[in-house]
Amino acid sequence: MSFTALIAALWIVPAVAIVLIMAVRHPHWAEYLNLASSLAAFGLTLAILVVAPDEALVTGAGYLLLTPLGAWVLFCVGLVYLLASLYAIGYMRLLPEEKPRLHKYYALQAGFALTMLIAPLMNNPGIFWIAIDFTTIVSAFLVGFEREAECIEAAWKYLIIVSAGLALALLGIILFYWGGTFTLGPTYALTWANLRAVAPQMPETLLFLAFLLTLVGFGTKVGLAPMHTWLPDAHSEGPVPVSAMLSGALLNIALLGIYRFLSIVDSGGHGVMGHTALLVLGVISLLVAGLFIVRQDGAKRMLAYSSLEHMGVLAIGFGFGGPMAFAGAMYHMINHALTKSMMFFGAGNMIRAYGTKSMSNMRRVLRYYPVSGALWLLGAVAITGAPPFGLFLSEITILRGGILSPNPWAVWVMAILLILIFVAFMNHFRRMIWGPEPVPGAEPTLTLSVWNTLPMWLAFVPVLVFGLWWPEGLWTFFQHAFVVQP
Amino acid sequence: MLIFHLSPLATSLFSLLVILALVLSFVMLASHWLKNHVYAFAAESWVIAAISAAIGYYGHYPELYVIALLTALFRGSLLPYLVLRLINRLGVQREFTPLLKPSSSMVLGAVLVIFSYEVSRQLGVTLHLSDNIAVLALTGMFSLKLIGFLMMILRSEAISHILGLLVIENGIFLGSQILVPGMPILMELVIIFDLLIIVMTFGMLVRLLQAHAGATSSRKLQKLVG
Repeated sequence: MSFTALIAALWIVPAVAIVLIMAVRHPHWAEYLNLASSLAAFGLTLAILVVAPDEALVTGAGYLLLTPLGAWVLFCVGLVYLLASLYAIGYMRLLPEEKPRLHKYYALQAGFALTMLIAPLMNNPGIFWIAIDFTTIVSAFLVGFEREAECIEAAWKYLIIVSAGLALALLGIILFYWGGTFTLGPTYALTWANLRAVAPQMPETLLFLAFLLTLVGFGTKVGLAPMHTWLPDAHSEGPVPVSAMLSGALLNIALLGIYRFLSIVDSGGHGVMGHTALLVLGVISLLVAGLFIVRQDGAKRMLAYSSLEHMGVLAIGFGFGGPMAFAGAMYHMINHALTKSMMFFGAGNMIRAYGTKSMSNMRRVLRYYPVSGALWLLGAVAITGAPPFGLFLSEITILRGGILSPNPWAVWVMAILLILIFVAFMNHFRRMIWGPEPVPGAEPTLTLSVWNTLPMWLAFVPVLVFGLWWPEGLWTFFQHAFVVQP
Repeated sequence: MLIFHLSPLATSLFSLLVILALVLSFVMLASHWLKNHVYAFAAESWVIAAISAAIGYYGHYPELYVIALLTALFRGSLLPYLVLRLINRLGVQREFTPLLKPSSSMVLGAVLVIFSYEVSRQLGVTLHLSDNIAVLALTGMFSLKLIGFLMMILRSEAISHILGLLVIENGIFLGSQILVPGMPILMELVIIFDLLIIVMTFGMLVRLLQAHAGATSSRKLQKLVG
């Protein structure tokens, strides 16, 4: 089967699911339709990843681009979509008041996945920008789905801040195009490859200005500090499966955009400045995330700041450049997608069980929920980059790659901040597990179903495996992805 | 490229239109009545439509006439109509809690225009375009962008934020028409369409804000901090 057909199938599946869900309007059918769509999407992204050609492939009349890094990001989307759809069944059943609107939720979730399955494949930076814009619009409705004052407030801030940021990115894209008109003439196809080809002739000032604008613009979408202010609100107020998709899948896509623009600056011969700019934003993100995690009380807000931290780590990994840090960053993407989904699922279980988002009221978690609580604790160990989990390997690889980069100072800053975040996380979990007894009468009584814990297991096992064993094939794939243009 | 061989008449026409768009953004900056704000935005969009048409004429880009027509229809008529309808539904007539007086915000706006000019001039010097219309186009683009951000910062009503964002988008559109008139038409069409969807989304969210949060002023949306 040709790639165009695979990609078409990948987009048709969620689209059909949306139509069917809205036609049937039945909560249980909607659950299973969305689950089926996510299973198919996962299978298709896996197929695309496995049979992807070694070189960057342009197809679909020049509008589609499939690169190893793009296929990897796409696979992360499929993976998180599947996990989130599984968990959504368990989680949304715990919200009986939403039952009449449940089909709308699943239609929106499939729509959100669809926009995320489109964006990484766009060969035209302008259309990539528009696809990212659509992910924002659809996910804003998901963030505000529960219709409480806080949810709507978060959705509003998300939409305003990200739209304003993306407007900057559009300006950057237009300046890139303008820079190309000096050599290629007034009209040429706006593609990543064309921009890379003309970058050496572009004046340095213009190239750098355009890159900084796109960095800040898509950086807003990635949630890099100091443009991160929408992120904790949106991630903490949306339904839990949406938080997982925002964090594990969407942020990666925006980062893919930044990396592609960075590759344009690279081929223009001014890569060091571009890499350093990305690196500095990553370090600031880590710092901000560390400081806010220390004093955080909301369980999902803490995880949102942890997403900020991991986007910082990824930005640092890509910012270091070099094959090793790059491989570490790619490995980190999937490990983060898995672990963060699992952490959000655990937080969702506890929020529903204790009826509060505040961690100071989630007491003696392990006594009441030995399985879900233990998985959550293990996830916390994993997410902070402790062995024997995948994130430890990927973070160490990024650090090792950084020592040889032009910016070795960032290695030390990153290591210290990661330790700070580890201590802060463990302190929160210590309070929840060995802290004070629950207030009499406030003991949790909810029984969690298999839908609530199964997705956690499905995420946990691969993270553990990836921590103990880095598959040889993946390493060669990452090395190869580094050489091929993103 | 178009900007290299323009007749003096065309150059002065473009300059006039760009300056007009800039002046209209100052009208927005100075007025705290939301309706005036929308009218100024509509007028600015018509000016930009005129720029598109003029470039289509002088640069022989017939497809820009379509863009001009769509700009006038969507940005100049439909979007202002949607925002006006939103204002009427919400019953918000004016900005009550601006951070600065109109005069001070205009001074700040002027400072931003000077800054944009300086950035564009520097860019013009490195590109050997210092006495070209491109510098003015860049100035207009950056100034509208910064003024839009200034409006979003100084004002707290949700509608003002939408309008600030629209001014930012107008700035980009204005600059791109002059600098890259040959940009694939698909891009421009999709951007217009995208803007429409964004404004409709904003409209729905603002009404939800009023219904569920009881306020549309960012000064009252302070639940989520830290």
